[in-house]
Amino acid sequence: MATANKEQIEERMTEALVSFGAEKDQIKRDANWESLDVDSLDLVELAQIVEEEYGVKMKEEDMKEMKTVGDAVDFVAERAGS
Amino acid sequence: MTRRVAITGIGAVTPLGVGADALIERWSAGESGIEDGFGRCREFDPEEHLSIKAARRADRFTQLSLVACGEALSQAGWDDEPPVDPGRTGCVMGTGIGGIGTIEDQLDVLRERGAEAVSALAVPMMMANAASGVVAMRHGLKGQCYGTVSACAAGAHALGAGVRMVQHGDADACVAGGAEAGLTPLAQAAFANMGAISPSGVSRPFDARRDGFVMGEAAAALVLESEESARERGAEVLGYVTGYGATADAHHLTAPEPSGDGASRAIELALADAEVGPDGVDWVNAHGTSTTLNDASETEALKRALGERAGEIPVSSLKSAIGHTFGAAGAVEAAATALALRRGVAPPTVGWEERDESCDLDYVPGEARALEGNGRPLCAISNSFGFGGHNAVLCMEAA
Repeated sequence: MATANKEQIEERMTEALVSFGAEKDQIKRDANWESLDVDSLDLVELAQIVEEEYGVKMKEEDMKEMKTVGDAVDFVAERAGS
Repeated sequence: MTRRVAITGIGAVTPLGVGADALIERWSAGESGIEDGFGRCREFDPEEHLSIKAARRADRFTQLSLVACGEALSQAGWDDEPPVDPGRTGCVMGTGIGGIGTIEDQLDVLRERGAEAVSALAVPMMMANAASGVVAMRHGLKGQCYGTVSACAAGAHALGAGVRMVQHGDADACVAGGAEAGLTPLAQAAFANMGAISPSGVSRPFDARRDGFVMGEAAAALVLESEESARERGAEVLGYVTGYGATADAHHLTAPEPSGDGASRAIELALADAEVGPDGVDWVNAHGTSTTLNDASETEALKRALGERAGEIPVSSLKSAIGHTFGAAGAVEAAATALALRRGVAPPTVGWEERDESCDLDYVPGEARALEGNGRPLCAISNSFGFGGHNAVLCMEAA
């Protein structure tokens, strides 16, 4: 399991979101999911990536609290022990 | 009183190319899209037609459906503003198996990386109704929407369902068709082991040398619309679906009933529905799979249903040019039938050369043949039969 700093996590999440079809130049810390056309199915996939790569579980109730890219990056960074 | 059903849009993605024009032009010219024993849609690149998001959330059978239905709807006038009340527009897409590529991929994920790694998109991608649901979402079609599942008759059943929907006023328009993308390792192995696939890799329907079908993939759709609706909004009418008949053999899992009883009853029902007798049929677009059993029993069925006329009517099989596209076949063949009637030609059974005792009709060898309507609009039937004993026949008329 990789240890990673916030920048690396943000970079990995950006890469994942682009692969989901989000526009790269719109992916910013304060961008919310709707503006990126990211829905609940995308978030489940994002959670799978995060768990596999950082060993961090993002549960459904956690995801409900995450409104933006920054929220998700911070959540993972706090728990990934970086 | 039922309403007359017009065709106002035709779309297809097939081994002959992307688009309905490629299908009819190349088939009429006697070309084949089969390469290395497969009828693959080689010219179809999903990224050219779909956004990253749409493409990655759709199995290939749904990707093909989106493009075929998009072409048909665009031709019928569904651009920015829908020309027909969305609540009265249906969508029915048939398939044999649905997202088998997704099933196989995700089974690998399950076995190699465990249950937690299986994609959350697996279910919406593999479900057999994905094509109809996704097409309805893309175009905002809010009437009846579902999939039909009847193996190689699924596309014809979908069109039959769409025809009834429009005839009976449950919808004013319906985009209907079929799709299959089953050129996967599991499907190939399974069909090969049941002895259905041609060892020679050549699709030769009704020919004495035929030795099985060639696997293909495709999608096609027609926009079916009440004639009244089409006329009122000034849409071009490309043809009509005048009759539909469907039956079951109730005989065997895979083998057709040898006397052709189930198939002939479906033909008779379709003709009765269209109020056409054998004399009114100008062309048969056959199921013609290139298997020993189908082509013989279909020939029997045509003779039973059409009587002495059977020997005078040209019978073509599109599968000679694209292989067997399973759940898409009935829809691709209906699309090709409508297009051929528009051009007034019977395209050839590509590569037909050797007469077989059990196949003794006129299979249009060599090149396309002009059809004569004798002063009335040309009329054809399109046959589709599926493993499980499903028979579905459409009767179509030129505009």
